[in-house]
Amino acid sequence: MSNTNELSRTPLHGEHLALKARMVPFAGRDMPVQYSGVIEEARAVRTHVGIFDISHMGRLRIVGHSVTQGIQSVTTNDVQLLTPGKAQYSLMPLATGGIADDIIVYMMAEGDYLLVVNASNTARDIDFLRSVDSLDGMLTDCTNATAMIAVQGPGACAVLQRECSANLDAVPRFGVAEGRLYGCAVTLCRTGYTGEDGFEVICDAEDAAAVWRSLIADGAVPCGLGARDSLRTEAGYPLYGHEISETTSPVEAGLMWAVKLDKGDFVGRSAIAAARERGPERKLMGVVMADRAIPRQGYSVSFEGDEVGSVTSGAYSATRGIALGMAYVRADVARAGRRVEVVIRGAPHAATLVAKKDLLTCRTDGTVTGKV
Amino acid sequence: MELREDRRYSRTHEWACLEEGVVIVGITDHAQCELGDVVYVELPKVGAQLDQDAVFGAVESVKAVSDLYAPVAGTVAAVNEALASKTELVNEDPYGQAWMIKIQPAPGASLDHLMSSSEYEAYVQESGH
Repeated sequence: MSNTNELSRTPLHGEHLALKARMVPFAGRDMPVQYSGVIEEARAVRTHVGIFDISHMGRLRIVGHSVTQGIQSVTTNDVQLLTPGKAQYSLMPLATGGIADDIIVYMMAEGDYLLVVNASNTARDIDFLRSVDSLDGMLTDCTNATAMIAVQGPGACAVLQRECSANLDAVPRFGVAEGRLYGCAVTLCRTGYTGEDGFEVICDAEDAAAVWRSLIADGAVPCGLGARDSLRTEAGYPLYGHEISETTSPVEAGLMWAVKLDKGDFVGRSAIAAARERGPERKLMGVVMADRAIPRQGYSVSFEGDEVGSVTSGAYSATRGIALGMAYVRADVARAGRRVEVVIRGAPHAATLVAKKDLLTCRTDGTVTGKV
Repeated sequence: MELREDRRYSRTHEWACLEEGVVIVGITDHAQCELGDVVYVELPKVGAQLDQDAVFGAVESVKAVSDLYAPVAGTVAAVNEALASKTELVNEDPYGQAWMIKIQPAPGASLDHLMSSSEYEAYVQESGH
């Protein structure tokens, strides 16, 4: 590919090439989309443990006496609810009530935070954060100096614990611990975006290859962006640029659980409050296909002959052997169990709306035939 | 990349093979490899009329959807029903069990415009894959 030279590389780039991964440009970096195959990799995460290079994601350290209020003013969740060693999912809102980014805020210590942000939004997020008076000069971009490896799956804790100094069982979901892994200094965050238990491990860039190789030697399966996208779609998790964007509101995206309107003023608060008052015109729903045609971003959703929505993401669910996705659907139609059609290459394909959180398990709820 | 000497190849990565007056069509090993795990194959109905290079269906992998093009004009004489449920055959046996359709060629239609296996091999390499 002619533009490969302009792409930057994560500290694990050489490992991906050695594993003969198929590489694609993603958010300005040359990233692995698959190694052995998307289905095999996704299944490894659901049944055992998979590892992902997520070093492309932005890691921003914000340290200072008065930074808490600054972060509070530019995020939707309540930073005051955090205690050292805890993290929360949050949004960086726009004044319009749209979403500039979705992020995780980790409180490392009093007045010491780590923000993990989307790769494609990192530069803009940094500019925005530095524009806040109390954060100016307090922010360090650690993205290139470090690597981040997601270790995900029911076996993640056991694989990591073999050569880890921290007691991982004691780290709760959305908890953070520091310790040594295979002798390297790491930060271990019990977070992830696959719908499985696991950790996201941050280490120095120069230690990344050693940690990665040791994890593979201990049985972890390397997984690419393809498996990651399939897994997060199955889990009903939004992805920036698909389910959420500058023009989507947390009200319609079903993300008000991460918006604390009563925490005090923050960017976009009044716009989001007004949107909640009006009620959403459309809602983000899960979509399960009757056949295996994959609903892809932009395909229209119809109900009784009317176009009522648009697909935001779609995937083949390796776990369930079915095609599924998410879609924004007109609020009066958006009900779990509703039979709709997704228009694929000009032809309507039968589908059923489900709650996003039920995408992984709705097989048992009787609303899906599972037959062509 | 696996190739078969006994068939002809299109620039859109279909193979075609004339057998007892009927043209059998599938996708190449190179195509299935590029697509990755195939999870859905959309095929026409028996009796459908196809022009040469017309879209006759689609093959969908976990990452992408790709149209299928008729290498010759004619009438669809058979479709491989097995691919409705066993899409993995496309990855496992693209030249055999994963044939897609059989075309009764239109009068005067031939495979002469298609590439030989060595020409196709050179074409794929030139395309930079």
